[in-house]
Amino acid sequence: MENLLEIKNLHATIDGKEILKGINLTVKAGEVHAIMGPNGSGKSTLSNVLVGHPAYTVTEGEIIYKGKNLLELAPEDRSHEGLFLSFQYPVEIPGVSITNFMRAAVNAKRQYQGQEPMNATEFLKMMREKRAMVNLDSKLANRSVNEGFSGGEKKRNEIFQMAMLEPTLSILDETDSGLDIDALRIVAEGVNKLKRDDTSSIVITHYQRLLDYIKPDIVHILYNGRIVKTAGPELVMELEERGYDWIKNEN
Amino acid sequence: MKKDNILKKLANKAYEFGFVSKIKTEIIEQGLNEDIIRLISKKKNEPEWLLEFRLESYRYWQTLEMPEWAHLSIPPIDYQAISYYADPLKKNKENKNKEIDPELMKTFEKLGIPLEERLALSGTAVDAVMDSVSVKTTFKEELREKGIIFCSMSEAVQEYPDLVRKHLGSVVNYRDNFFAALNSAVFSDGSFVYIPKGVRCPMELSTYFRINAANTGQFERTLIVADDDSYVSYLEGCTAPMRDENQLHAAIVEIVVNDNAEVKYSTVQNWYPGDAEGKGGVYNFVTKRGDCRGRGSKLSWTQVETGSAITWKYPSCILRGDNSQGEFYSVALTNNYQQADTGTKMIHLGKNTRSTIISKGISAGKSQNSYRGLVRVSKNADGARNYSQCDSLLLGSECGAHTFPYMDIHNNSAVIEHEATTSKISEEQLFYCNQRGIGTEEAIGLIVNGYAKEVLNKLPMEFAIEAQKLLSVSLEGAVG
Repeated sequence: MENLLEIKNLHATIDGKEILKGINLTVKAGEVHAIMGPNGSGKSTLSNVLVGHPAYTVTEGEIIYKGKNLLELAPEDRSHEGLFLSFQYPVEIPGVSITNFMRAAVNAKRQYQGQEPMNATEFLKMMREKRAMVNLDSKLANRSVNEGFSGGEKKRNEIFQMAMLEPTLSILDETDSGLDIDALRIVAEGVNKLKRDDTSSIVITHYQRLLDYIKPDIVHILYNGRIVKTAGPELVMELEERGYDWIKNEN
Repeated sequence: MKKDNILKKLANKAYEFGFVSKIKTEIIEQGLNEDIIRLISKKKNEPEWLLEFRLESYRYWQTLEMPEWAHLSIPPIDYQAISYYADPLKKNKENKNKEIDPELMKTFEKLGIPLEERLALSGTAVDAVMDSVSVKTTFKEELREKGIIFCSMSEAVQEYPDLVRKHLGSVVNYRDNFFAALNSAVFSDGSFVYIPKGVRCPMELSTYFRINAANTGQFERTLIVADDDSYVSYLEGCTAPMRDENQLHAAIVEIVVNDNAEVKYSTVQNWYPGDAEGKGGVYNFVTKRGDCRGRGSKLSWTQVETGSAITWKYPSCILRGDNSQGEFYSVALTNNYQQADTGTKMIHLGKNTRSTIISKGISAGKSQNSYRGLVRVSKNADGARNYSQCDSLLLGSECGAHTFPYMDIHNNSAVIEHEATTSKISEEQLFYCNQRGIGTEEAIGLIVNGYAKEVLNKLPMEFAIEAQKLLSVSLEGAVG
């Protein structure tokens, strides 16, 4: 299988403080990776660096995505190239309806690919289909992006956007945080429905419970800015039983 | 967060209408005195009473000082260095008719305002004013069949002197303020509208103001009279060339609304705002007021203000008739070094009068944007209601947003509500859009238009689309 993403010796800082201290990670097309680790280990930093958040600075290393130097691409171009982040804390954008927001996003991607903007009928049909896929209430679609949404609605909206944009590599950053068990199941089902043989996911989570629904092929433990252990799905169970302390002690 | 790095680079925004047209224009000498006023009046072949009106206004103006209460820093203006009359129409010596230079037609076409009726925007009649003169008014005859008068102010003075004399200055007295006195002394052209009893105007009426000549001021005057049970929607647009010198635009708009009549007045103001360093641009000092004289009358002001170096403007409603209603919907955007002090006055005199104020300020660059509004409820105005909402949106940290609400309530039955918010476009919002593939400028346009939606929705369809584009263009370069 082809390498979709290759992270080599990645170091990154925020406000001058080094958070990532040499990450190496390879994701092949079709794989689901889980990245687990205690709070403060650098999980969210890794996802933010991948999508080009301007607050983070890469000081060393490289990221190759689809054979391209990812670090040279603007955040919007990374998105157009199929990189998607389901945010841990999706922001509210008052006054901008989800419909208008998604139309701008979908058409920006089409423009990048040299296609004409989607016509309104076609677009609304796509909205309906994708909404059904993730059980997003039609009322929500007419509201402003994330404004006044519950935690569960925000996460469902993230997965809806993921469905609309059909990413090649999706990063789910603590998508389970703040969700009750029903919301978690709906979100996870949405993610599973969107899975194709040629798309990959990185699931970042603190707990194992999301991984009961989204089955990873490979599990990594991130600790203190480095990946300290990589194994198969059985690692999830081991973490569940033993917690993170043994990792901390070993490193 | 490096918010400023993203938001502060306020580069040249693209001003689409900054071209100058080569049109042979007759410009009178610079300066202001009684002879100049007599000359303007003579050129327009005005009756004696109007000349007297001008001279009286001029004499009063001389006793006044520039108002300084606004949150604006206005450089001194040399009123003797301005030419008060510029006529782009050429006279044909043989038949004495004025001719329209084809270049002039082309100019308006370029501005998206075709003056040939067959090319017109559907359902819109236009009065096109360049510099001091109304160039052409479309669909005049069709409207006349319904008894509607839509023509230039100069023509109205000749053709309908009684109507003009009865209403001119009846809403905005020449003694009202410094710029009103100046305008009353030197006003050149503008539009006149009369909607007779019971007539619903079948078209949008609009005036497009264009400044072209250099070193001139534009002092137009618009008068709209809506008789009992009538309705009209009126639109106003304006642009000017890019020049390093400032140009003065001091207009008066007067509206009379009789029993159960309704007037909607919409403005998309896009005068040249000056360059990124604050050089040049139009000084837009305007007095707009409507008198809801009739019972159950209604006046609605909608304005989208993106242009001008300095804006000083308070479209107001005098709610004199019982059950009359006033509305003010405003989006004012300032970028670079622009300054705006704008808002409204709602004067409740009649019983059960209602007013609504929705003001959305958007400040970017190093601009200063102020909302100034007065709600006055007089002693006899039982059951008056007002709802005001003043929102400010800031882009970057070098601009200013200010709110000056005044309330002057003399009747205990009044219900007055006021809400105000200030928000910023955050880097997290922009990044969220970026991650979804939406570039930063487009994201700002999306957010700004979303913020202004409530007001934009009040504009007639074609104008709303124009205004949306304008808001995005005016912020182009607002991020680096």
